[in-house]
Amino acid sequence: MKKIFEYSAFQIVEKIRNGELSSLEYINALFDRIKEVDSKIHAYLTVAKDMALDEAKEIDEKANKGEHLGSLCGVGMAIKDNICTESIRTTCSSKSLSNFTPSYDATVIERIRKEDAIILGKTNMDEFAMGSSTEYSFFGPTINPYNDERVAGGSSGGSAAAVAISEATASLGSDTGGSVRCPASFCGVIGLKPTYGLVSRYGLIAYANSLEQISPIVKDVRDLAILLNCIAGHDERDSTSLKVVKDDYTRFIGNDIKGLKIGVPKELFGHGTNKHVLKRVWDAIHVLEDLGASYTEISLDSLEYALASYYIIANSEASSNLARYDGLRYGFRSDEVNDWSDTFSKNRREGFGQEVKRRIILGTFALSAGYYNKYYLKAQKVRTLIKKDFDKAFKKFDILASPTMPILPFKLGEKLKNPLEMYMCDLDTVPANLIGAPAISVPCGSYDGLPIGIQFIAQPFKEGSLIQVSYKLEESLQD
Amino acid sequence: MGNIKIGLEVHSQLTNLNSKLFCSCPTDYRGKEANSYICTVCMGIPGTLPVLNKKAVEDAILIALSLNSKISDKMYFFRKNYFYPDMPKNFQISQYDKAGGITLATGGYVSIPNKKVRIRRIQIEEDPARITYEGTIYKSKSSLVDYNRAGIALLEIVTEPDMESPKEARIFLQKLSSILEHLDVCHSYLEGSMRCDANISMEGGKRVEIKNISSFKEVERALNFEMTRQRNLLIKGISTKMETRHWDEIRRVTISLRIKEEEEEYRYFPEPDLVPTIITKEWVETIKDKMPELPDAHKERLIKKYELSPQNADVLVNYKLLGDFFEKCAEIYYKPGAISNWLVGDLLGYLHEKGIQLQEMKISPVHITKMLKMVDNGIISGKIAKTVLEEMIISGKMPEIIVKEKGLIRIHSDELIEQLTNKVFEENKEAVNDALEDEKAMHYLIGQVMKLTKGRADPELTNKVVRDKLIEHKKLLEKKN
Ligand SMILES: [Zn+2]
Repeated sequence: MKKIFEYSAFQIVEKIRNGELSSLEYINALFDRIKEVDSKIHAYLTVAKDMALDEAKEIDEKANKGEHLGSLCGVGMAIKDNICTESIRTTCSSKSLSNFTPSYDATVIERIRKEDAIILGKTNMDEFAMGSSTEYSFFGPTINPYNDERVAGGSSGGSAAAVAISEATASLGSDTGGSVRCPASFCGVIGLKPTYGLVSRYGLIAYANSLEQISPIVKDVRDLAILLNCIAGHDERDSTSLKVVKDDYTRFIGNDIKGLKIGVPKELFGHGTNKHVLKRVWDAIHVLEDLGASYTEISLDSLEYALASYYIIANSEASSNLARYDGLRYGFRSDEVNDWSDTFSKNRREGFGQEVKRRIILGTFALSAGYYNKYYLKAQKVRTLIKKDFDKAFKKFDILASPTMPILPFKLGEKLKNPLEMYMCDLDTVPANLIGAPAISVPCGSYDGLPIGIQFIAQPFKEGSLIQVSYKLEESLQD
Repeated sequence: MGNIKIGLEVHSQLTNLNSKLFCSCPTDYRGKEANSYICTVCMGIPGTLPVLNKKAVEDAILIALSLNSKISDKMYFFRKNYFYPDMPKNFQISQYDKAGGITLATGGYVSIPNKKVRIRRIQIEEDPARITYEGTIYKSKSSLVDYNRAGIALLEIVTEPDMESPKEARIFLQKLSSILEHLDVCHSYLEGSMRCDANISMEGGKRVEIKNISSFKEVERALNFEMTRQRNLLIKGISTKMETRHWDEIRRVTISLRIKEEEEEYRYFPEPDLVPTIITKEWVETIKDKMPELPDAHKERLIKKYELSPQNADVLVNYKLLGDFFEKCAEIYYKPGAISNWLVGDLLGYLHEKGIQLQEMKISPVHITKMLKMVDNGIISGKIAKTVLEEMIISGKMPEIIVKEKGLIRIHSDELIEQLTNKVFEENKEAVNDALEDEKAMHYLIGQVMKLTKGRADPELTNKVVRDKLIEHKKLLEKKN
């Protein structure tokens, strides 16, 4: 039988609503679980136990009085440490923000709190979300729950590992180029990057504004639908958030997929792809075929340039976004030396890690006069081309399928010496960010005990299709 | 000596907005405690996002229309990246006309006597914070930053180098500020609300930019200094370099900041947190409908309706607040000509002398019209009225109160004036004798009586009494002889 901390979110909500489960008992069980495993996994940077227990008591009181309970009532959630939480430290895994406690809640936090979710704590990540392994954290890496020699993926490694090992029932991460799908794949959980503009970025500490979205990580597809229902929707405080009619994503659960057309872009099954990954992903596609879907192999030529375009745009935006961390108004401040300029340089030199500095320098270079046209502007043009290619594909296919990660979870330290190799991991995930389309990673088996994920990409605002096909796959693989 | 070409880059705050350009902080920060008008957005606290103030765009469009500029159908915000303590985010959200950027408006002109100064472009951006020093910049141990100003909506108006003298630059700025005042979008009398960079080049020399000019008066000064400096160099056969210079207001000199080889490195790129602003024809039309009377039409109307002199009308248009004040006075009292003379002459002169801003004076139109009525009714003399006016401006008291308190009412009493005249005759016997022959001496005697009453004696009455007395005196003399 399942232990109390292992339940899915929808089960918790159901049990608390009909009085079968005490919220306090369940939250306490989660904190016991954190105590038991997190010294090994290192998913959390900060736990907010007192606050969480108070909230759990309130929910129990509400339940006793028969008052209204929200759609996420009692659900214990972990939040990536780049999403601002009022009075809970938010560090971005960086020394530069190691003492930063926001005075406000991000819009998504307001929304999940309104639906009675409980925040357990803040999770580990690559510094400022720059990385694919959570090794670039000032506080040390998160360990893969399935193999303690391997990485959890990144940058939302803490959020994915916490859900995978049931230190949280669901979590929020952020996905700039695969930062939620990568660790979801490596940790054997589900991660969805929503359509750009569907979820408010207000309160998400920016890495690359035009690419990223706050993204849910869950144990099963039903939870995803409930969580997305809560966080999606227009927010006046984010000018890039779109005014779309809110969908009820739970209505896609269980719908059959007869006649569903799947495109399989060969560029996302590149030469470097691990053969075991290929095998499991194809197996999954055939499962969908058995359920009445059909697939066609296609080619999207422009994808060749996706990774280069992604890194130029992301680093350019990052170089400007991170300019504010000068230690003068908040955040880490080194000892004062001489004048403003020296103090400021010292604060940044000591506050940022190597990878962050590397990306700032690359981005600064790409935006410099004389190089702007050659790099930034060209990258934007490539982005437009890729979008056109995908638009064309989506005229013929409902979804596209590919491996989430071309490789299995790698060993800790394996790719730290070669940043380019680390960047190559994002090959299959970055296109969705470049075109603003929704994409999901769903577990599709494992090899040698290491989880493997399949990625589905749909056209913007078709999160419903992703939920529909993912649920069917989940259902089949569970049997 | 060759031609001079001057171009200006005017930064004008949109002072009539209720909130900053990208957040809801209030804008009336002047005189408020430092760093009290700030929020997470304008302080660039991690995770916060800008939301464009639509009213700021409307005000900017109104200005662009009044300058005859072409409004873009779509505009973008760009980030201008540079590190400086006055920038909470270490970049400024601005606009850019290169790299695919489109600013709010391009083209247009401002008419000044005998020419049109062409506008190159108009753009919206956020004001940086204010940096102050303890004492002077050279002696201060640290810089103090007040972020109250950070994020205030700022309009940058760039002209073509169409002005040919520092004086012309000042006239242009006066006209521009009068236009903005008429639009009720920027009140240039607010400290630091209009600032200016200037560029100047002389035939045979390169273009020099002057930064940090805080007011219009300073613009003319700085340009005059720079003109002389460049002229002296040219005389010596040295050609001016392309450079940026800083205007030192205290020492009244320009100091070289940097020699320019190429464009400064600001790493402009489109602001990813904002979407392009679409400016529809319909939107522009509704803004156009709100266009108020502009300076040229205003002047014409003042001349036609009130029969004012063009000179007075000019001043009333340039000082829009005074112009409005004038019209309110003219509504209550039937002598617009006299009113305009008082306002343009004595009132404005006194304000300038005392360094008082128009909006600081404590009087209402009724003060002025009551005072004029008192003059016209012979209760006070014109000379006394000037004293009353000055007192009104300072204290805000009504003229009749001042007159009463200070005992300024005109003396109509025959008896009193006769007494005083006797006294003057006693003490000025020689002058009395002269006055029998000489008009001048008679005026001297009248003057002495006036002096004893501190100008309050009714002049006509005094005149009559002195004359009568002289005649009497003459008769007496004749009898004796
Ligand atoms: Zn603010």
